[in-house]
Amino acid sequence: MITKEDVEHIGWLARIDISEQETVEYMEKLNSVLGYFGQLDELRTEDVAPTYHVAEIYNVFREDVVEKSIPQEVVLSNTEHKQDGAFRVPKIG
Amino acid sequence: MAKWMSVAQVKEKIKESSAEEVTAHYLETIGKSKINGYITVSDKALEQAKRIDSEGHNGPLAGVPIAIKDNISVAGLPNSCGSKILERYVPPFNAHVIEKLLEAGAVILGKTNMDEFAMGSSTETSYYGPTANPWDLERVPGGSSGGSAAVVAAGEAPFSLGSDTGGSVRCPAAFCGVVGLKPTYGAVSRHGVVAYANSLEQIGPIANNVTDIAVLMDVIAGYDHRDSTSIDCETEYQKALVDNVKGLKIGVPKEFFGEGIHPDVEKAVWNAIHKFESLGATWEEVSMPNIKYALASYYIIAMSEASSNLARFDGTRYGFRGSGENWHMMVSKTRAEGFGTEVKRRILLGTYALSAGYHDKYYLKALKVRTLVKQDFDSALSKFDVLMAPTMPNPAFKIGEKIEDPLSLYLSDINTCPINLAGVPSISVPCGLTDGLPIGLQIIGRPFDEPTVLRVAYTFEQNTDYHTKRPPEVA
Repeated sequence: MITKEDVEHIGWLARIDISEQETVEYMEKLNSVLGYFGQLDELRTEDVAPTYHVAEIYNVFREDVVEKSIPQEVVLSNTEHKQDGAFRVPKIG
Repeated sequence: MAKWMSVAQVKEKIKESSAEEVTAHYLETIGKSKINGYITVSDKALEQAKRIDSEGHNGPLAGVPIAIKDNISVAGLPNSCGSKILERYVPPFNAHVIEKLLEAGAVILGKTNMDEFAMGSSTETSYYGPTANPWDLERVPGGSSGGSAAVVAAGEAPFSLGSDTGGSVRCPAAFCGVVGLKPTYGAVSRHGVVAYANSLEQIGPIANNVTDIAVLMDVIAGYDHRDSTSIDCETEYQKALVDNVKGLKIGVPKEFFGEGIHPDVEKAVWNAIHKFESLGATWEEVSMPNIKYALASYYIIAMSEASSNLARFDGTRYGFRGSGENWHMMVSKTRAEGFGTEVKRRILLGTYALSAGYHDKYYLKALKVRTLVKQDFDSALSKFDVLMAPTMPNPAFKIGEKIEDPLSLYLSDINTCPINLAGVPSISVPCGLTDGLPIGLQIIGRPFDEPTVLRVAYTFEQNTDYHTKRPPEVA
C-alpha cells in the first residue's frame, strides 16, 4: 500500500507539485492500480531472465562523422526564456 | 468527389483534376467536421499540393493527402502530443517517416488528436477535447491514435499515421471500422516520434483498406541510422497482397476470448475464422497461459519508461513554463500545470516502480513476465502461421463512461498490449458490426512476417464486404 508520504516523495522525485487534496486522490487511484499489479506475485520468476527489449541488437556502432545540426537560433526559437544564445532558467536552489 | 477514396482512386482523381483540387476537397470536408479529429490543420497543405501540380512529382504518393498523429514531428507544424505542456511547440525537424512521405510526394493535411502523450484508449485525455467516433458521436473513437482513425473513417483523409505502444493504432482502427497495422518492433524508424515507452512503440499506418496499408509501409519502413533499433528487412509490402490462404495454419488463443467479451464480438471473430476455413485455411485452439499477466507487465514497463522519457518536459527549452522561485519549483509547477491527470498518474506510478526498494518487485518482475509472454508467442507462432483474436473485447464505449476509473480503461487494452511486449506485427481489420458499431479482427504474425499478415488480411477483404461499410452519422 502506498501512503500519503509515499505520494509526496514520488511527486518530489518526479518533480510534479502535488497539493494536499490531490495527494489523497492520487493515493486512492495509485493503490487500486498497484493492487492489480500485485497479481504478478503469483508467478515464479527466479530463473527467468528479464526482457528489456525484443530487438536482437546489442551494440550499434557507427563512424563518428560530423553532420549538419540545427542552428542555435532555431533551437532557441521555441522559448521566450533566453539570453545571450542560452536558455534562461531560475537559480537552482 | 467521392467521400471515401482509396489511394489508387485519389491518384486517379489527381490525374483527372489536380493535387490542389483533391487537397481542397479534403480541407473542405475537414472544415465541416463533427468529430474534432484534428488538433492542427496545415495552412501549407494547399501550397504543397500546388507545388506538386506545377513542378510535377514522380513519387508513389505524388499529391496524395495524409493525416499525421500529433506526436510525430512535422517541421513547421505544432506538435502538441495532445498536451498543454507542448502548447505552441513547433518542431524544427521532420521525423524519419515524414521525410519519407515528403520524398514520396505526400501532402500533409494536418496533425490529429490523441490521448495526451499517447496514454489512453479513448482520446479523452487530450487537452484539446475528445474526438467523437464517426459511427456514434456520443462514443469514443478508441485511442490513443483516435484522431488518426476517426478522420479516415469520416472521409477527412484517405489514410493516416498513428503510433502503437499498447494498441494505440489497432484499438481506434477497430472502434472506427478501419484498418490499422502495428508493425514489428524495428520495422519503422521511431526517429521524430515523441517517446512514451520506447521498447514497446512503433509508428503504424491506418487506412480504409489493406492495400493502402501496404502502400504506406512501402514508403515508411526500413533502416534509419537515427533509430538504432530499426532494421532494413527489404520487404516489398505490396507484393504480399495475394488473395490466397490455402494451407494457412491459424492459431486461436483462447485467452483472448476471456471474461467480459461482448457476445457479438466473439461471434464476429469466429465467423471470420470460419470464413478463412472455407477459403482453405485450417484452425486450432491454442493456449498462451501467461497472457493473463501481460496487462500488468505492460503497464509497469510502459509507465516506468514514461517516467524517464517524460523527464525532458521541464519548461526549459520549449512549451509551457510554470513559475517558481527556483529551478526545482519552476519544473515542479510546469509539470503540475502542464500535464493532465492521467499522464501525471503514469509518471508517478512509473517513478514508484523504479524507485529504491520497489524496482525488483515491480519493474524487474514485469521484465521477467515479459520474457514469459514472449515465449508464449514464440511457441504459438512456431506451430501456426498467424494467430487470430478480437482486437477489442467490446465495441466503442460512451465518452465519459470509463475516464474516472483508470483501471477499467487499462483493461480495455487486454488483447492489444501483449503484442507490444512480444514486438510482433498485428493488424486490425473490420469484421462486422454490433448495434451499428464496428468490430475488429486482430491478425498477429511472426516477427518481420508482415507479408503473411497482410496477405491474410487482404484475402479476408477480397472475400467479405465489412471494409466497405461507412459510418451513417457523417455520410
